[in-house]
Amino acid sequence: MCASVKYSSRGPALIPRMKTKHRIYYITLFSVVLLGLIATGMFQFWPHSIESSPEWTLDRRSVHDAPLVKLPVSSPIPERGDLSCRMHTCFDVYRCGYNPKNRIKVYIYPLQRFVDEVGVPISSTGLSREYNDLLSAISDSDFYTDDVTRACLFVPSIDVLNQNSLRIRETAQALAMLPRWDKGMNHLLFNMLPGGPPDYNTALDVPRDRALLAGGGFSTWTYRQGYDVSIPVYSPLSAEVDLPEKQPGPRRYFILSSQTAIHREYRTELERLKEENGEALLLLDKCSNLSQGMASARKRCYKGQVYDYPQILQESSFCVVLRGARLGQATLSDVLQAGCVPVIMADSYILPFSEVLDWKRASVVIPEEKLPEMYTILKSIPHRQVEEMQRQARWFWEAYFRSMKAIGLTTLQIINDRIYPYAARTYEEWNNPPVVKWSSVSNPLFLPLIPPRSPGFTAVVLTYDRVESLFRVITEISKVPSLAKLLVVWNNQNKSPPEECTAIDGLSLDQTHMVERSECINKFASVFGTMPLKVVEHRADPVLYKDDFPEKLKSFPNIGSL
Amino acid sequence: MQAKKRYLISLLTGASLVLLLYFGGVPGPAPATSRHERARGGGGGGRRSGQPWPHASEPFQPFSPGDETDTEEYNAHVSPRQKREVHASVYRGKRCRMDSCFDFSLCRRNGFKVYVYPQQKGEKISESYQSILAAIEGSRFYTSDPSQACLFVLSLDTLDRDQLSPHYVHNLKSKVQSLPLWNDGRNHLVFNLYSGTWPDYTEDLGFDIGQAMLAKASVSTENFRPGFDVSIPLFPKEHPRSGGERGHLRANSIPPFRKYMLVFKGKRYLTGIGSDTRNALYHVHNAEDVVLLTTCKHGKDWQKHKDARCDKDNAEYDKYDYREMLHNSTFCLVPRGRRLGSFRFLEALQAACVPVMLSNGWELPFSEVIDWNTGAVIGDERLLLQIPSTVRSIHQDKILALRQQTQFLWEAYFSSVEKIVLTTLEIIQDRVLQHTARSSLMWNSHPGGLFTLPQYSSYLGDFPFYYAGLGIKPYPKFTAVIHAVTPLVSQSQPILKLLVAVAKSQYCAQIIVLWNCDKPLPAKHRWPATSVPVIVIEGENKVMSSRFQPYESIITDAVLSLDEDTVLSTTEVDFAFTVWQSFPERIVGYPARSHFWDSNKERWGYTSKWTNDYSMVLTGAAIYHRYYHYLYTHFLPSSLKNMVDQLANCEDILMNFLVSAVTKLPPIKVTQKKQYKETMMGQSSRASRWADPDHFAQRQTCMNKFASWFGGMPLVHSQMRLDPVLFKDQVSILRKKYREIERL
Repeated sequence: MCASVKYSSRGPALIPRMKTKHRIYYITLFSVVLLGLIATGMFQFWPHSIESSPEWTLDRRSVHDAPLVKLPVSSPIPERGDLSCRMHTCFDVYRCGYNPKNRIKVYIYPLQRFVDEVGVPISSTGLSREYNDLLSAISDSDFYTDDVTRACLFVPSIDVLNQNSLRIRETAQALAMLPRWDKGMNHLLFNMLPGGPPDYNTALDVPRDRALLAGGGFSTWTYRQGYDVSIPVYSPLSAEVDLPEKQPGPRRYFILSSQTAIHREYRTELERLKEENGEALLLLDKCSNLSQGMASARKRCYKGQVYDYPQILQESSFCVVLRGARLGQATLSDVLQAGCVPVIMADSYILPFSEVLDWKRASVVIPEEKLPEMYTILKSIPHRQVEEMQRQARWFWEAYFRSMKAIGLTTLQIINDRIYPYAARTYEEWNNPPVVKWSSVSNPLFLPLIPPRSPGFTAVVLTYDRVESLFRVITEISKVPSLAKLLVVWNNQNKSPPEECTAIDGLSLDQTHMVERSECINKFASVFGTMPLKVVEHRADPVLYKDDFPEKLKSFPNIGSL
Repeated sequence: MQAKKRYLISLLTGASLVLLLYFGGVPGPAPATSRHERARGGGGGGRRSGQPWPHASEPFQPFSPGDETDTEEYNAHVSPRQKREVHASVYRGKRCRMDSCFDFSLCRRNGFKVYVYPQQKGEKISESYQSILAAIEGSRFYTSDPSQACLFVLSLDTLDRDQLSPHYVHNLKSKVQSLPLWNDGRNHLVFNLYSGTWPDYTEDLGFDIGQAMLAKASVSTENFRPGFDVSIPLFPKEHPRSGGERGHLRANSIPPFRKYMLVFKGKRYLTGIGSDTRNALYHVHNAEDVVLLTTCKHGKDWQKHKDARCDKDNAEYDKYDYREMLHNSTFCLVPRGRRLGSFRFLEALQAACVPVMLSNGWELPFSEVIDWNTGAVIGDERLLLQIPSTVRSIHQDKILALRQQTQFLWEAYFSSVEKIVLTTLEIIQDRVLQHTARSSLMWNSHPGGLFTLPQYSSYLGDFPFYYAGLGIKPYPKFTAVIHAVTPLVSQSQPILKLLVAVAKSQYCAQIIVLWNCDKPLPAKHRWPATSVPVIVIEGENKVMSSRFQPYESIITDAVLSLDEDTVLSTTEVDFAFTVWQSFPERIVGYPARSHFWDSNKERWGYTSKWTNDYSMVLTGAAIYHRYYHYLYTHFLPSSLKNMVDQLANCEDILMNFLVSAVTKLPPIKVTQKKQYKETMMGQSSRASRWADPDHFAQRQTCMNKFASWFGGMPLVHSQMRLDPVLFKDQVSILRKKYREIERL
């Protein structure tokens, strides 16, 4: 108060000193600011212009505007992945910290274009559509943070989904140049097509230090259990084709093979099976006589007959998913989408998300050498199990396979579960489709325990006003040897509980009472969404209840002898 | 006036500046941030450093060109058959997997059979290893013929490979190499509890195991070959061979908190491997509800190494009783010792004290099949200081579930050496069977993997245990199986009356007559005409056990098992079936019997007297799930089944033992019209059997024989009988649904 008075008293003294120069300065500043305001307002409240404006690249940025980074030839290369890495050795858990939400924070590096010294990019495709979708999904999720200091997990924006489009050495160098790389600690790479000809390694060949790998097509020899995450190979058809869910049940074909790149040896075996079992098997291959321009990915042929793919998958109970050059096959995703039970024949393959998904309930895994016995094996499966697997297969696709978003977020959730295992999702949450979640009953007291008599029981008596009958109940109950405590809940707010027994009018038959109770039942059922009460026709009685037997030898002679 | 203007100008300028900053600030990435936040439904304070991930918009190329699979190069890759052969030769030793180091063809012919080498003279075998071998030899997997075997187990004691231990077997290397069937360890299973020695406690066994599988305690994730080795728990010398103690939880308490939140009492290693965590425990100890006690007093020369805290710690250590803490704590800390696993783990599990694991890199016991997140809290040694707040943050519902799961896991897989060994074998069998292996649900929910045989069916709904969890119901009809032992001579025989009565039940799908009579089958027309199909099966060898054969023709979930002389009315059958639908995993039936401990004779007794409780419902008139036929035939050892067949007695007792061992619950008696025993036909062979005084003595013997095989008495008493609602109530008989049951 005092200060402001002082200031204002000083004010007038300053004004005369202000020259025209200052006034012009102020006016100019004011107009500039006003113009700026108007411009900002335009951008804020003119949404269409932002979306469509080609000049505005800050929001929807183009890859070509991402900063160019030149990799010196001598730039360091990370070490090859360490096979002994586990969460407790290669992962810095301190970065994730303790947080009440039990949720990890994921940072995505800003987009950069890496080129070698002569300006050739490290990847032939650059940022792929799928990887862009994946990163967008992560950035829109609860996992995302743009604060690099709070992040627990780092996702590079270098796309390594397909190893074939990468220059291995330069990609590795680019990874090592990331500002927080730190020997790959807490970095997560997504790869779906690992290895290259001729021997197709089952994990990404890019040297990556300690980085975690979410890979499609791991074998048991490259998969670091509890560290890496096995992910599916995304099928672009998932987004293109809309296959409505088909009710589980018998299908036109028993077994269907739709893959085009099956090795000769296996195709011969399949053909032999086809000869033995005829119509039950449908053995498709790519079409050779299709006119140019038709999408060959969407057609399959058998002896000149053309079938729509993936629609034809819905016509079969079982669908073969054989290993190709790689273990992971995008066909698996199509098959699951069609609600067809995958018959997976890829020895040593680590099934997608096998850490949390119970594949035994959704697929049949057969060793490659048992391919000739496939038909017999599948025939031995009870048909109700086939239906359950069909439903389960579709559910896996819907929840975990259908989009890059689903794949990415499932991967993060799995890693999250490892870091906060006590808050991990349960088997049921991962594996039960919504229909089972609704209909199943899980008893919170699931252990078959027959509690001993010793601690007895607590009687809770609710009373409103009828003190006489209350006292009668108390007298009777207190005779029971197992009674440990008796609790009376006095439910009348207008009266205090009586000190001693007084005569109060007895039970009167109240008509509205029953009506009220019926209303209660309806109200409760509507809140539960269903009627949880079940009707049974039996009642528990003592073993010798009302039997023609000496009363004094009965454990509970009073029951039934009213 | 001028002054006012200037003020206005400066004020406006200031305000505009503020506004500008508020809306967009410096043109640059900021607008993107704000738009981005709106897209995510608002959010944090906008105090962010660095750039957010931009949503790039241009048309991208797909990650996989799609035509790649068509190229010649892709298609002509190495022959998969050759590839498999290469794998088998390359991936050896530490990289062994079932695909490369196990010969599946040995299991093809005879199924999963296990051979144990004969014990050599002069070889000392520790008690624990003897228990392991005995468990294998007593199991249904055992074969004494090596040519039939799929898996081989050494008779040389490999449990203790600590060179300083008195049980250490010397020259194991040469002994193993000289075994004619060793074959570089292929299809062999080597058990081990301790490996390495002071000071580094490596996981080396001191001999070359070749391609053998390891069933090892305290194994680290680094050395563990997933899908090939089996991690087993460390168990003490005194661990019972079979049966074993039950878990200590007698009743659930709600809320589930106990006196202590978290306890530990154990040795502290002042130096060397594994000392860090235990040395740091005192930071978390608060002497109230978190009691973590260590002692330095162990080993010969502890005084030499002792540090400043030792005396204080030792004093505190002696103040508390370990047992008292164990049974009164919600959580029990299980930190690593010198080796990764410790005895604390099984102790905590049995005591229903939820284990809090603090042993980084320990591949937990049976981790291949057990989901430990449901039965333990997996902590991280690096985050020791967070452990108290972590366990405090666990919701009480979760604690209740964790605690019950500890008891389930203890009783299903850990309470005896036999269970540990059988679990190990079943895990390996699951790998061999592959497509018929158990699902995770079978392993992790009651009654557990040892009682659920996947060969029976791969469909969970075919078992009696998963109906509620899957939200399904058993098939609403039953199959009656009538056990016939007397020839059909007259049309008034009780079996024909029974047939007609049962066939009239609205829930009856079919009737199977099991012809176990020496006389030939009666002609078809001798059987009464019924509305349901009657199938006559000739019993295999006409032995008792054939009545519990899992016949293909039983298509319903429920089986109504009947003796030929049973007298039952249609109403009684109907009522019993409706009761069974509520308890599909238990035996529901009429004639009840009881067992008792005869302390004079120190053995179990059997009584058929009318008593106030019962523990068996005889299978002369009982409904149960057809899965128990399969279990009876394939789970029980032939020694017990042969005994039943020879005596032609006790099959019903054995069935009750089996079902109670699986469910841990008593059977259910339902009310009946007349007293079962008195109505039995005088002239039937069965009745003469009952009259035989030996018959009763045999049943006593059976009880004791069965109890010794099960390693304890699985039967549970019940005082409850299920009657129809309104049974014998004083209301009009017309209002009662099952009125026949009351009529005499």
